[in-house]
Amino acid sequence: MSEQPAPADNILELTDLTKRFGGLVAVDNVSLNIKRGEVFALIGPNGAGKTTLFNNVTGLFQPTSGRVVFDGRDITGSKPHQVARRGIARTFQNIRLFDYMTCLDNVRVGRHVRMKATVFDSLFKLPRERREEERVTEEAMEFLRFVGIAKHADQYARNLAYGQQRRLEIARALATDPKLLLLDEPAAGFTPQEKVELMKLVKKILGRGITVFLIEHDMKVVMGISERIVVLDHGEKIAEGSPDEVRKDVRVIEAYLGKSA
Amino acid sequence: MSLPDFGFYVLCATAIVLLAAQAVIHPGEFVQVFIFGLTQGSIYALVALGYTMVYGIIELINFAHGDVFTLGAYVGSAILGFFAISEGGFTTVNLIALLLVFPAVMLVMGGINVAIERVAYRPLRNAPRLAPLITAIGMSFFLEGVMFLWHGPATVHFPDILPKAATTVAGVFFGFKDVFVVVVAAILVALLAIFINRTKLGKAMRATAQDRDAAQLMGIDINRTIAATFFIGALLAGAGGMIWGLYYNTVYYQLGFRSGLIAFTAAVFGGIGNIPGAALGGLIIGLIAAFSDSYIGSKWTQVVVFGILIGVLVFRPTGLLGMRVPEK
Amino acid sequence: MSTSVFTRLHLRDRIRDRDTAVYSILLILALVFPMASIYATDGTALVSQATRAGTFVLLAIGLNVVVGFAGLLDLGYAAFYAIGAYSYALFASTQLASSPAHHAFHLPFWLMLFVALFVAAAAGAVLGFPTLRLRGDYLAIVTLGFGEIVPQLFYNFDQWTGGINAVGGIDQPTLPAWIQGPWSGDGPFQVVRNFNFGGDPVAFYVLICILIAAAIILVNNLYRSRLGRAWMAIREDEVAAAAMGINTVTTKLLAFGIGASFSGFAGAFYGANVSLVSPDSFLFIVSITVLVMVVLGGMGNISGVIIGALVLYYVVYYLIPGLPENVRSLANSIGLSSETTRSLADATQHLNYIIYGGILVAMMLLRPQGLLPSRVREQELKHAAVQEEEAAVEMEHAT
Ligand SMILES: Nc1ncnc2c1ncn2[C@@H]1O[C@H](COP(=O)(O)OP(=O)(O)O)[C@@H](O)[C@H]1O
Ligand SMILES: [Mg+2]
Repeated sequence: MSEQPAPADNILELTDLTKRFGGLVAVDNVSLNIKRGEVFALIGPNGAGKTTLFNNVTGLFQPTSGRVVFDGRDITGSKPHQVARRGIARTFQNIRLFDYMTCLDNVRVGRHVRMKATVFDSLFKLPRERREEERVTEEAMEFLRFVGIAKHADQYARNLAYGQQRRLEIARALATDPKLLLLDEPAAGFTPQEKVELMKLVKKILGRGITVFLIEHDMKVVMGISERIVVLDHGEKIAEGSPDEVRKDVRVIEAYLGKSA
Repeated sequence: MSLPDFGFYVLCATAIVLLAAQAVIHPGEFVQVFIFGLTQGSIYALVALGYTMVYGIIELINFAHGDVFTLGAYVGSAILGFFAISEGGFTTVNLIALLLVFPAVMLVMGGINVAIERVAYRPLRNAPRLAPLITAIGMSFFLEGVMFLWHGPATVHFPDILPKAATTVAGVFFGFKDVFVVVVAAILVALLAIFINRTKLGKAMRATAQDRDAAQLMGIDINRTIAATFFIGALLAGAGGMIWGLYYNTVYYQLGFRSGLIAFTAAVFGGIGNIPGAALGGLIIGLIAAFSDSYIGSKWTQVVVFGILIGVLVFRPTGLLGMRVPEK
Repeated sequence: MSTSVFTRLHLRDRIRDRDTAVYSILLILALVFPMASIYATDGTALVSQATRAGTFVLLAIGLNVVVGFAGLLDLGYAAFYAIGAYSYALFASTQLASSPAHHAFHLPFWLMLFVALFVAAAAGAVLGFPTLRLRGDYLAIVTLGFGEIVPQLFYNFDQWTGGINAVGGIDQPTLPAWIQGPWSGDGPFQVVRNFNFGGDPVAFYVLICILIAAAIILVNNLYRSRLGRAWMAIREDEVAAAAMGINTVTTKLLAFGIGASFSGFAGAFYGANVSLVSPDSFLFIVSITVLVMVVLGGMGNISGVIIGALVLYYVVYYLIPGLPENVRSLANSIGLSSETTRSLADATQHLNYIIYGGILVAMMLLRPQGLLPSRVREQELKHAAVQEEEAAVEMEHAT
């Protein structure tokens, strides 16, 4: 871990990223590099600014200052749909599915950005649009199978069980063909059994050549799948390193147990 | 300064320069129009407050509100008919009638509006958002229908019972009525401000407008608070209807539609959900309408007012004083 | 897990079945109605009414794209209707001869149908572009303002539009001479006399039916496409839609523009059909009526919206205006004095607003989701077959 990786090996580089809300500094001068093909975890107490950092990467917020470089390209200030097109997909801490659309349609929306049909093609159902629709339907089913909820394809997203909704959100994100997948507390509210399954799923995703950047509270999950960890507290990066290094870090223990401990 | 802000300031500056030019060239006429705009604007302000309060608390464009205002004038005219008032002069009876009828009309309209909320809006509080909007439009037609049934399509006379006193200062005419309208409206707005800021119920209304769920957790009775909002909005609308009647001495059943839209524009202009904003917006829209009537031509006023509505939303979506609506 | 994808799509099947039933009934009604009504009443008044209703169906289908699919609230839809109607009226009548242009245009209907479509779509884009990025309700307010401005502009520019005097004597559509067949001339199947629609309600009826059929097919195609899903995604959760790579501004703009183009299209048809276009025909009440049609039918569901449009048209333009007459004949038949009869009829006439308002309120209270909602209820969702499969899988897990 001594030598700095060459820039080309980094899929995402954040440089001095800062986000202020009025007087509150939610993300404070954070820099981090994520390498291609790793599982990178972001941890920290509630309100540390983790979700805000994701929102800055995905274009939901404009950073107050700093740079976001994805896959060698500066994407600071890009719109969310541009970021998605470039190859970053995400899930949300409080699940945001399209409630009154079927699971299949949720995933096909994810496929939207990789489809070519124009308004004209769709209006007149031209053969190439038909073919694309058929292909995308099959692909979407494939994603549903990948996360293990194919049998619910024709149900409204809102009618799924909680754990299935989290899986559907991942399937929808995968459907955009991302190079980098951001997961915001994917195991929140899961049973131990479900957490194990989630870890398996993350490994499978990694197997497809997708880099995973994850926010997670459960230390077992974090330690079990991630190679490197960054710890955020009050918007500041207070530690970075392998699971073992981070576990022993005094500042991290303080942040989690309170300064008095 | 962002581009929209810049556009907004350019538009405002242009309007002010044009008006200032008029003020220098024909000062008398300008002041006359200004006074007229002020009176008209006071009435719009009273109606706009009801729109803004209801929107602030349940995010509903209460289309029936303009008709509650008009109905206020109808009811006022009817109750005044029971008194031996004399039109064209000011007698003790007129004064007594006015003092009794004015608050009575306010209370009646308050009651009606609470009933409307209970019947048409409350059952739909968790329905798709369009549902209450359509019942609001339905209630608007319903109230117009009631007024139509009551007095038919023609304009209805409203007793002319205010003193005729008037003076002309430097060629500018202004009468007791003008002063009356502005003063009464100002008193009512002041009372509202005190109520909202000082009383428990007023604070509950603000809390509910900010975050309904949190307010509920803090033990605020949401149904009662929303009903109170409708009640107070209608008190002001009823007062607006009375003032309108006393000032213009004529009403008709569809008055509420157009003037309601204008008042709503005023609410948006001031920043929807923002109570001082609605009062200010009402005054400004009243002035703009008056200036447009006399300098551009009354057939363009509607285009001007709604053009401003669109312009404000495009260039300054939060209105003059910032909108205050529930965060979702 | 080897069964085909499509056998599992029960929800879609169910919706499709319902649609097929509705469309079949509508098709049969559309075919039978003119013959039956002409036979029964010995006149074409009812056919003309049906054509007017058809215009509203077209409007409702278009507004459904905006409100039902994309979830954008448009309270000034009639403005685009007006723009379409005037586009045709001004360029297919003698109106512009007395304007500063001093020249009358008589452009063909078939061309202007599409010109009106594009003009309205352009107006929609111009209005939508700066406003579609605003909060949801603000679009409603902007369109409301726009809906108030447009008819007023047609009043005010009276040099060009005739203002309050309306544009009259609008050209009737003519069929090109090469479309000859048994339906033309005096043949047994004549629909169009002398290739001219003038004074032939059946010809307009046939045309509106064709236009509606085309609209249904095209809008259905959009609904089942990438764009249709993007609209629904935006309706459900704009942030999530953007995170999935959907450009929300252009997608909303497309919904708005396509909705407006339907309105413009319907407007041109309306102008030709009634041959008289006045600003009064495009007031707020028209926008609201079309909106209510969409909501009544079941937002987002094309077949439902058509039913909603027909039902509400019948109530608003037929049942309510006809009430005094019905009350009169009823009172007569039960032998009330002519004095009472007249006052009863008068009273009902004055009740129009109250009845319409009452219907709107009652309808929303009783069925806020509309007659044929696009969202199937939850119980219906868990189709038996899916449940079985679920049970089987659970068994597998257990063992
Ligand atoms: N849109 C926003 N406006 C204002 N403050 C915000 C906003 N989003 C987040 N914050 C604040 O930023 C801080 C960090 O929040 P968040 O990123 O959600 O924390 P975490 O995900 O680590 O729990 C919190 O104090 C939160 O209140
Ligand atoms: Mg978070």
